[in-house]
Amino acid sequence: MNSSIDLSVNLAGMPMDNPIVPASGTFGFGKEFSEFYDINILGSFSFKGTTRDSRFGNPTPRIAECESGMINAVGLQNPGIEAIIAHELPAMKAYFHKPVVANISGFSLEEYVYCCERIDEQEQVGIIEVNVSCPNVKHGGMSFGTSPEAAAEVTRAVKAVTTKPVFIKLTPNVTDIVSIAKACEEAGADGICLINTLLGMRIDLKRRRPVIANVMGGFSGPAVFPVAVRMVHQVSKVCNIPIMGCGGVSTAADVIEMMMAGATAVQVGSANLKNPYACKEIIENLPIEMERLGITKLSDIIGIV
Amino acid sequence: MFKRNQYIIQKNVELAPMVYCMVLQGDTQYITHPGQFVEVELPGLYLRRPISVCDWDETTLTLIYKVVGQGTDLMSVLCEGTELDLLTGLGNGFDTSVRTRHPLLVGGGVGVPPLYKLCKQLIAEGKRPTVILGFNTADEAFYFNEFCALGIEVFVSTADGSGGTPGFVTDAMAANNVLYDYVYSCGPLPMLKAVAAMTPTEGQYSFEERMGCGFGACVGCSMMTKNGSKRVCKEGPVFTKEEVIWD
Repeated sequence: MNSSIDLSVNLAGMPMDNPIVPASGTFGFGKEFSEFYDINILGSFSFKGTTRDSRFGNPTPRIAECESGMINAVGLQNPGIEAIIAHELPAMKAYFHKPVVANISGFSLEEYVYCCERIDEQEQVGIIEVNVSCPNVKHGGMSFGTSPEAAAEVTRAVKAVTTKPVFIKLTPNVTDIVSIAKACEEAGADGICLINTLLGMRIDLKRRRPVIANVMGGFSGPAVFPVAVRMVHQVSKVCNIPIMGCGGVSTAADVIEMMMAGATAVQVGSANLKNPYACKEIIENLPIEMERLGITKLSDIIGIV
Repeated sequence: MFKRNQYIIQKNVELAPMVYCMVLQGDTQYITHPGQFVEVELPGLYLRRPISVCDWDETTLTLIYKVVGQGTDLMSVLCEGTELDLLTGLGNGFDTSVRTRHPLLVGGGVGVPPLYKLCKQLIAEGKRPTVILGFNTADEAFYFNEFCALGIEVFVSTADGSGGTPGFVTDAMAANNVLYDYVYSCGPLPMLKAVAAMTPTEGQYSFEERMGCGFGACVGCSMMTKNGSKRVCKEGPVFTKEEVIWD
C-alpha cells in the first residue's frame, strides 16, 4: 500500500485523520463499538441525539426490515443533556480521545438554545450538529427543518450562544433542500449535514397493521444512498460551507462518491448496526480504493463532480 | 464480550412443524451464559436476526428457531456446509449464581430452547430443577425427550389438550403440584405475566423484542423497568421479576 496516501480532511477548522464519522443514533456514545475495535481510528463520531430532558422515546416495535435498509422510530431516546454531561462524556474519555460531534435535538427554539449552550462548554465537543429534521418524532407536526425560515431561525439562535462550529443536519423530506441549506448558511451555519432518514412505513400483512408502533419511521441504509448523493451534490453547488454527507454509506467507494459529490466528511449510519466493524473496514479499505482510482490526497476530490 | 465470527452449518433439520434445529460449528468462547443470543446475518436481508442459543460446547452451538417471518424462513432452507456470519455473546443471559435448590424452569414454544442449556448448567451446579414446557399442540412439541434425558421431572401442557396437561403452563404447574424455590422463564409475554403472577418466588424472565443491532447501539429494543429504561439486547433479555413492570 502506498504510504503517501493522505486520508486527512479539515472540517470547519477541525482537523480529522480521515473523513469517517459514525452517524448519530447508530453509535450510541461509542462504548459498545469500543469493545469491537479501537474507535480512535475514526475521524470522529456523532453521539446519540440529545434533548434537554430525558426521553424514553416511542413504544416498541421501533425497527422494521426493508429491502436494502431499515426503518427506525426510536423517538430520540436519550438520558437528557445534563446526564450526558455528567456521565457519558466523562466515561467517553476512557475510550475516545478525539473531539466528538455533539448531536442536539429540540422541540422548541429554547430547547435548542439551552442544549447547544450547555454542550458548547464541553471541551470534548469539536462540532455541534443540530438536528432540525428528525421525522419520526410526532410533536407539533412539522419539523424546523421543513421551512427555510424555521431552519434559519434555529441556526441564528444557536449560533448566538455557541463558539464551536455548528452544523445543521437537514431532513430530505422537503420539496427544496437547496433553499433550506442556503437559509442555514445565510443564518451563520458553519456547515450542513445531510441527509437524515426518509420518512417510511411497512405493514405486517398477517396482522394488517403497521410493523412499527409509531406507524411511520425513518428509512435508512444503502437504498437511500443515491438520494443522499444527489442532495449533497445539489447543496454543495450553491453553499460555500462544508458538508457532512450522510445516507446509506456502506463502503469505501461510497465514501469517495459522497466526497466527489461535495462532502468534506462522511457519516456512516445503519451500516454500523448490520456490521459493527463497518467503519473500521471502510477506513482500512479507503487507501486501497484511492489507489485504484489514482487518488493520493482524499481532500482533493471534495466536490470534484 | 461479544464478537463477530464465521460459522459452518453442520445440521439444519425440522424438529416439529415450522420449528428447526441448526447446529453451527465455530468459535463459541464468547458465549458465557445460558439465555444469551446470537445475531445471524442472512443473505439478502439487511438486518441480522436475533436467535437464542439452545446449547453450546467448545466447538458448536445449537439454535432452535420457529419460522415466523422472512428471516427464519430463509434460515430454514440453508444447507449443511453453508457459512454464516454471526455476532455471539449477546445479552446478559440467565444468572445461576442465585440461591436456589429447586428451581422451576417454565418455557413456552420457542421460549423453550434457552432453558435447555440453563437446565444442564443448574444440574451441573448440584441443583434439582423441574421443567414445564408449554406448546400449542402435541405435534408442535420438541425437546421433551432431551429434557427427560437429563434425569429430571418434565411436565408438558398443550393448549388444545392433545398432550400433557390441557391448557397453559400455569395449568401444568397447578396440576402437578410442583415444589420450587425460584423461577426461570422464557416464552411469550402473556405466559411470562401468568407465570410471574402465579408464583410467589423470585425469578428471572427472558423477554423478546424487535431489534436493530442486537448489541446496544441503536436502542431500538428498549423496555421500561422499575430501574428505568433498559435495552432488551444489552441489559436483557433476562430481567429479574422485581425489576419488571408487569401491568
